[in-house]
Amino acid sequence: MDADADDAIDKLIDASAVALTLPIDAAWKPAIRANLEVTLRLANIVAEFELPDEVEPAPTFEA
Amino acid sequence: MDAWASAGEVAAAVVEGRASAVAVAEAALALIDERNPILNAFTATTRERALAKAGAVDTDRAAGKALGPLAGVPYAVKNLFDVAGQATLAGSKINRGRSAAARDATLIRRLDAAGAVLLGALNMGEYAYDFTGENVHCGPSRNPHDTTRMTGGSSGGTGGAVAGGLVPFALGSDTNGSIRVPSSFCGLFGLKPTYGRLSRAGTFPFVASLDHTGPMARSTRDLALAYDAMQGHDPEDPVCADRRAEPVLPELTRDIGGLRIAVAGGYFESGALPEAMIAVARVASALDATRGIEIPEAARARAAASVISATEGAALHLDRLRTRAADFDPTVRDRLFAGACVPASFVVKAQKFRRWYREQVLKLFENVDAIVAPATPFSAPRIGQQTIMLEGAEVSLRPQIGIFTQPISFIGLPVVTVPVPLSPLPIGVQIIAPPWREDIALRIAYALEEMKVAAAPRPAG
Repeated sequence: MDADADDAIDKLIDASAVALTLPIDAAWKPAIRANLEVTLRLANIVAEFELPDEVEPAPTFEA
Repeated sequence: MDAWASAGEVAAAVVEGRASAVAVAEAALALIDERNPILNAFTATTRERALAKAGAVDTDRAAGKALGPLAGVPYAVKNLFDVAGQATLAGSKINRGRSAAARDATLIRRLDAAGAVLLGALNMGEYAYDFTGENVHCGPSRNPHDTTRMTGGSSGGTGGAVAGGLVPFALGSDTNGSIRVPSSFCGLFGLKPTYGRLSRAGTFPFVASLDHTGPMARSTRDLALAYDAMQGHDPEDPVCADRRAEPVLPELTRDIGGLRIAVAGGYFESGALPEAMIAVARVASALDATRGIEIPEAARARAAASVISATEGAALHLDRLRTRAADFDPTVRDRLFAGACVPASFVVKAQKFRRWYREQVLKLFENVDAIVAPATPFSAPRIGQQTIMLEGAEVSLRPQIGIFTQPISFIGLPVVTVPVPLSPLPIGVQIIAPPWREDIALRIAYALEEMKVAAAPRPAG
């Protein structure tokens, strides 16, 4: 991650902390950023996979 | 009785009057007192309850009453199962302040009804968000085969207790691999049933759309004994399927010659150390499984499972993150905080992908009856180990542990992990079956055990 990307993730953490009233200690932020970078990378791997609009999500999954 | 006796052997001895259930329970409790300071598997024992239950089993036998299939068999549960009279810890410090559970989890009630004797609750990774078996509050579960090594997690105490000979079987839960990983690292048979097969009522959740419960044991027969005693619909778990119990024990010895068994290729052949591939090759050879099969988009499935876990887990713990953040295991807290920051659209896409992926994988089962895949990419790492060398690169250890389990539980397929007793450490192989066909995976596991390819090794010393 470059400095701009780090800055963007920090802003997302700060905005989420405000929106969700989460008390994030500044000392925890580097580790949270590292985890969020990984999760967003994984999320983008899924997001870039093209699926038809009609595909139903499976939040209550039935095997 | 020998501490290594199987659940079936203990029950038979109690039913036939060769052993009293009280004597079995007392011996098991004494063994826990002796070994738990090293293994750190139990976080609580239920001594009075156990002796009372065992006494009732002996009384029933003396009165000529019919005894259950698990009569007098000691067992234990991961400490996210409700045990009446105890706070359900789920591996956390925060939950120590919870009210004591008013009654047992459904699966405990069913095992008790079958005559089993609960000895206590077992260590686990905090809130089940863990692959290591380490716990910052209680100390790490220790692997009986090498106590400097991880049990795997999050059902770490379950792995340590069963592999260490403290109980013949125990219960765990599996969201992304938490039964299959400790089964692999500790050299045990583990059953992660179809999503919705076994009740989760009275267990502390992690990721509702991915959580499963199941047993771990030192033999397929014991897995089946415990599994059969726990099956059946439970209206208290909205996900638990309204299906009749389908007992597997009578099916175990059925010939597997007609089954079409394939070996997972592609994604499941990379990112692993040699021991994982050696174990798969041994299993494949024994089963004469020469056909390879590609599970499509498995890497993306793993990614989607991780996204859903991070975000659902964060949503579950949001209030605790607001009010008790400093009381979490810091590594769990940081992952949960990160999960809370993920935009919702990513989660919906992951759930859409899940539906698509399920359809693709179910198509594979039109041509095969079971798929063989590694359970973990390596055998048990050292406790505290942070990184590992894979394919020439040093990578963070923890997320790698679940790379082979996550794409399977993501769509709720039933899996039996079988232990391959390599030296110096065992490692597991997944036997994956279509939904609701636990019987196929268990029959294959039993056959592998009969062929001496799969076995739960007894720790030295």
